[in-house]
Amino acid sequence: MAVEDQILDGLLANNIEFVTTVPCKQLAGVIDKVENCPDIHHVPANKEDEGMGLCAGAFMGGKRPAIIMQNTAIGVTINTLVTLTQFYRMPLPMLISYRGELGEPVACQVEMAVHTKALLAQLHIPTYHFHHEDDVREFDAILKHTFMCNKPVAILTDAAFWKGY
Amino acid sequence: MIRSEVLRDIAPVISDQLVVCNIGLPSQELHMIDDQPSNFYMLGTMGLSSSIGLGLAMAQGQKVISIDGDGSVLTNFGTLPTIANNAADNFILLIIDNGSYGSTGDQPTYAGKKTSLTEVAKACGCETVIECAAEDTAETLRAALASDKMTIIVSKCESGNIKVPVIQMDPVVIRDRFMKEVERRNAS
Repeated sequence: MAVEDQILDGLLANNIEFVTTVPCKQLAGVIDKVENCPDIHHVPANKEDEGMGLCAGAFMGGKRPAIIMQNTAIGVTINTLVTLTQFYRMPLPMLISYRGELGEPVACQVEMAVHTKALLAQLHIPTYHFHHEDDVREFDAILKHTFMCNKPVAILTDAAFWKGY
Repeated sequence: MIRSEVLRDIAPVISDQLVVCNIGLPSQELHMIDDQPSNFYMLGTMGLSSSIGLGLAMAQGQKVISIDGDGSVLTNFGTLPTIANNAADNFILLIIDNGSYGSTGDQPTYAGKKTSLTEVAKACGCETVIECAAEDTAETLRAALASDKMTIIVSKCESGNIKVPVIQMDPVVIRDRFMKEVERRNAS
């Protein structure tokens, strides 16, 4: 089964009904799946911190949320992650394209890639890195972990995982 | 009228509604005027009141009022197209537009100069956008609640602040109390 399908299955198996996205080339396939899934309310956001606000509201309204975004957005979402998601103890799975890793054609993406894990570590955000196709098997457990501990959790997915793009 | 007077005026209208209230003085003033379990107070995160309110409105059936400011809407301008393109008829965005960043010392915002948030909201595709004088906010809000249509209200008021204590409630307590209230209202 394609990783995109496995990711969608993981979302559905964990009752995630509200997904907000800011696009990335690597994530295009999974965003397409989310958009076309009748059991998921997909709300494209203009900026990732806005998306996190939407997710916070959806969570308080009784829906399990998730955000799909690019790692470059870690920089613009630090304040929201700290003062909203973490301060109010809300769960938020973040499926993140890890741009700037091996296979990256755009040099500028590497500039943020070198800070990605350090920033997530500084924020004490549990972080998982999908590099091999088989790593997707952990997706279900990561989602369960996220809603168990009420924290934002990062899943970094690199170009090797997506088999180039 | 200044913002705290607008909040005093609308308190009877919003008292029994789910309210997401903006960071800083607006939340502190609402908390002082009429604390309710149906109020979600933002203690941080400038700009996201409308996003949290819209997410909440889309996730459940009760009406939701986001109280926002002109400065915070300018901070999160992308919210207006998202609201317009994801219309939720149980959502009201009340922008209390005093033309200044009230919580930080009344520095002027561009909304108090050339930029009309009413026109911006319309240009973004929001279909029902009403600009009103501060004195008419309660009545405009009452009508919006009765209309069952997603409404953006831009209440033009004067700049100015009152002395108000900070909210000492723990954020998790605010969130838990609010979520229980949301759940209770949706169950009944």
